[in-house]
Amino acid sequence: MKIVVCIKQVPDTKGGVKFNPDGTLDRSAMLAIMNPDDKAGLEAALRLKDQYGAEVTVITMGLPKAEDVLREALAMGADKGILVTDRVLGGADTWATSQTLAGAIRNLDYDLIITGRQAIDGDTAQVGPQLSEHLNIPVISYAQKIEIDGDSVIVERQYDDRYHVLKAKMPCLITALAELNEPRYMTPGGIFDAYDAEITVWGRANLVDTLDSNLGLKGSPTQIAKASDKVRKGAGEKVSLDPTESVDYIMDKLLTKHVI
Amino acid sequence: MDFMLDKKHEMARQLFKEFAEKEVKPLAQEVDETEEFPRVTVDKMVKAGFMGIPVPKEYGGQGCDPLTYVMCVEELSKVCGTTGVIVSAHTSLCCDPILTFGTEEQKQKFLVPLAKGEKLGAFGLTEPGAGTDAQGQQTKAVLDGDEWVLNGSKCFITNGKEADVYVIFAVTGMVEKRGRMQKEISAFIVEKGTPGFTFGTKEKKMGIRGSSTYELIFQDCRIPKENLLGQKGKGFNIAMHTLDGGRIGIASQALGIAEGALESTINYVKERKQFGRAIAAFQNTQFQLADMATKVQAAQLLVYKAAMAKATQKTYSVEAAMAKLYAAETAMEVTTKAVQLHGGYGYTREYDVERMMRDAKITEIYEGTSEVQRMVISSALLK
Repeated sequence: MKIVVCIKQVPDTKGGVKFNPDGTLDRSAMLAIMNPDDKAGLEAALRLKDQYGAEVTVITMGLPKAEDVLREALAMGADKGILVTDRVLGGADTWATSQTLAGAIRNLDYDLIITGRQAIDGDTAQVGPQLSEHLNIPVISYAQKIEIDGDSVIVERQYDDRYHVLKAKMPCLITALAELNEPRYMTPGGIFDAYDAEITVWGRANLVDTLDSNLGLKGSPTQIAKASDKVRKGAGEKVSLDPTESVDYIMDKLLTKHVI
Repeated sequence: MDFMLDKKHEMARQLFKEFAEKEVKPLAQEVDETEEFPRVTVDKMVKAGFMGIPVPKEYGGQGCDPLTYVMCVEELSKVCGTTGVIVSAHTSLCCDPILTFGTEEQKQKFLVPLAKGEKLGAFGLTEPGAGTDAQGQQTKAVLDGDEWVLNGSKCFITNGKEADVYVIFAVTGMVEKRGRMQKEISAFIVEKGTPGFTFGTKEKKMGIRGSSTYELIFQDCRIPKENLLGQKGKGFNIAMHTLDGGRIGIASQALGIAEGALESTINYVKERKQFGRAIAAFQNTQFQLADMATKVQAAQLLVYKAAMAKATQKTYSVEAAMAKLYAAETAMEVTTKAVQLHGGYGYTREYDVERMMRDAKITEIYEGTSEVQRMVISSALLK
């Protein structure tokens, strides 16, 4: 089995988000890490490799320093790393990113593509499904469990209050949630091997069936007016009442807050 | 000369740091309180490949250099001195002598499972009457047919009851050296479960309280002839060579403890208010911190230099002794100052620095006291 995992180097938002005066993210002030959902996707691929045997290729689009996350992925157990980097690809939104990744992945043989659900720097959750669309393969998003059944995958797709069990024939694409698993640690020997390994670097010229008009800032329909940190929601209020009391309680709250 | 770590070492440090923060730190206080060996942590370290970092891949290890191993012990010890010494004793005192002096059969049989972490290692040199005077060994080994028969006891053995494979030293005869009769010492590999090999009392210690320090007892313990490690009569050299490496491991542990105490103190003095302002605003605090940080940095340079010497030089006794001497004394000084800057709170078990100060003391004692390190250094100077 051949698995391609798409990963992204993102600024670590754990310690808070820093902005430039113009409202864009100040990436230099934040530590660069592998996007958590992508790391769960990689772990899922590595577990499939452990269980069924597979070749795992990681691919990222980004600046040359994004090579670091590819090395990290190799140190965790991935087999090959591909960096797609080119000036003309800069400023890409989700559309241009998914077009770029599709153009790169068309060079590869694959049974399964795994992406993270979304990146913590953009929170759009669009690249995975868009990529499947460009490659004309089925997508199962929000995976919380993945199994292989012959030439198909069986995936539990998370929903707000339930999960769906879906089966799809490979090749297909799965988007992974961080809750899917606990990613393994790199090993010290894996790190040494990762730095001896060669990372394949591709540019614009290596993208297959991709139009210039779909690439980079020029190919990005999204215009960002302003970026801001997420407003954290409070924990809410939990009360335990019987149904009649609950209705009264809720009605009272809604009336006091002038919702109704 | 370049004092910058390269990218792979930076990434390895990041790995050890993340592991220490996530897996080791939350248990450190409990391990100290309960004096229980942190088996759960060891199992996780096995999975992460921490038990054979400098051992070549062909023998089940990670194939990294001594510097990577040193950084692992350092980062673990920053949050838990017990966890640091478990890795250090296993790697430096058990894996290393088998790698250096073992036969190919011994390496396949013992080193491979040790380096993979399937088995835990320990080292038995010290005896009740043979501490700094390692020549004062009483444990004897006599060849009887195809077996060596061991009789005697070893004390203060790290990983004591938890280990599976032990490198044990014993007297195998007398030899004449410069007109005087001297004990001839040899090294052996002994497996747990061998009839005649039992455990005595568990030591109740001031610090590193989870590290399982036991007395080992050998009563007519018969081990196969082929478990002799290195040549017969070369045991003292094997012990000294092994301790050169071990001292780099303990120096890293001491360095980690000092760094951990410094970090905790920096955080504390920014929060603690007296006379209406954070105590970090007082010059006494600032000067103490400056001294602590300078010594920690100096210790780190000596420890890393010793690790590089082990990778590139045939002998590195002086580098190892200097690193251990300075790092251990720095650990003691920095943790003592850390407790002082924490005031009354620092004297309570609620704060990590109390444990760190107790953990630091042993680094000035085991694997050669600070006095022994001074002997090693000065004898090289006056040669």
